[in-house]
Amino acid sequence: MALTREQIARRVARELKDGYYVNLGIGIPTLVANYIPDGIEVMLQSENGLLGMGPFPTEDEVDPDLINAGKQTVTMATGAALFDSAESFAMIRGGHVDLTVLGAFEVDTEGNIASYLIPGKLIKGMGGAMDLVAGADNIIVTMTHASKQGESKLLTRCSLPLTGKGCIKKVLTDLAFIEIKDGRFHLLERAPGVTVEEIIRLTAGELVVPASVPEMQFD
Amino acid sequence: MAGLNKVVSSYTEALAGLEDGMTLIVGGFGLCGIPENLIREIKLRGTRQLTVVSNNCGTTEHGLGILLHGRQIKKMIASYVGENANFEAQMMSGELEVELTPQGTLAEKMRAGGAGIPAFYTATGYGTEVATGKEVKQFNGRHYILEESIRGDFALVKAWKADSYGNLVFRKTARNFNPLAAMAGKITVVEVEQIVPPGALDPDEIHTPGIYVDRVIVGQFEKRIEQLTTRSAAAQV
Repeated sequence: MALTREQIARRVARELKDGYYVNLGIGIPTLVANYIPDGIEVMLQSENGLLGMGPFPTEDEVDPDLINAGKQTVTMATGAALFDSAESFAMIRGGHVDLTVLGAFEVDTEGNIASYLIPGKLIKGMGGAMDLVAGADNIIVTMTHASKQGESKLLTRCSLPLTGKGCIKKVLTDLAFIEIKDGRFHLLERAPGVTVEEIIRLTAGELVVPASVPEMQFD
Repeated sequence: MAGLNKVVSSYTEALAGLEDGMTLIVGGFGLCGIPENLIREIKLRGTRQLTVVSNNCGTTEHGLGILLHGRQIKKMIASYVGENANFEAQMMSGELEVELTPQGTLAEKMRAGGAGIPAFYTATGYGTEVATGKEVKQFNGRHYILEESIRGDFALVKAWKADSYGNLVFRKTARNFNPLAAMAGKITVVEVEQIVPPGALDPDEIHTPGIYVDRVIVGQFEKRIEQLTTRSAAAQV
């Protein structure tokens, strides 16, 4: 079975390490905050100017001056710091963030990512995504493996305008955990109940499949 | 105005000199920390053909979005313009010129503009449409693009507190682009929740020194929330 949004978030959370500063993008990446493993301490960065993002507020705690990059009301964790947008992106561009998790429309075997613009359709803008992919060394992209029509989003070349060039090394889809290196996709793990054949069928770019592909673990 | 006293008493006075065709740099992230009354005053004045530099363009009915109703904005420089039906319609029809700019690049363009730095190299946007027509240079084997800084005829800023000299303190994530906008305006106008006498702010706690600020006005704020998200009080136990 394809992973649910929550399962994708749980699998990503296993990549968190003690002491990490982490930026979580909008959508599925935000859910990762719900699954931080016990016994490790991480600090969440929100690019609108908050290091140390806490959980959503109770109704009594809501403060219109305290939001995350998705414009949702949030709280501050103990030890949080506040700063302006230039300082926030100094952290991001300066490579100070240990892990970035963000969504995408497409990725390709060269590590390119397209996530912000569908010409003629959706006009939203890149927000901080171009800065995040250019500034971070350790990025995990979360996305569905294929469109609802069954078209692969893991391509030889992205067809949509790029958010970043040659910057993506890890992709977690609803079907598989994939590494990008040497101009190819490499299958690391498969979702429980998903066959290697199905992953091969829905991956358009060249995919290297090892003799044995372990099933994903969540805890 | 006398001496270093920057306080003005009306929004008309706050925006004196604003003319058609000018460039405005506006603070805020979504609807958080926006100079909402100054934006309303621009709507009332009917100033047109504006170039607006701001992270977002408000929502359909709030913030900078209200300036789209009367087509007062000619060109928008922003990083993210979702949540705004008029924006998308005017952009698709070609009435509104849009320069999508990465958020960090936008912040740095304002900061650099205010700091007298005409341009800077950044890796952000290399190999993307953002790099079109821009100089590319390699440093230590990595590609960077040259981005020019921005200055505005006016900067519109929202702060929490000011003293009458224009020293500013922001509150929580309502700070965002505001200190950078404040640096980048030829005339910087700040609206605040309270004005205190000089000396009442701890000099160590001032986020934006008054040298960047030309006019200060005290206003009442709606502080509209874009995405009210809560957890139940029970769930936290």
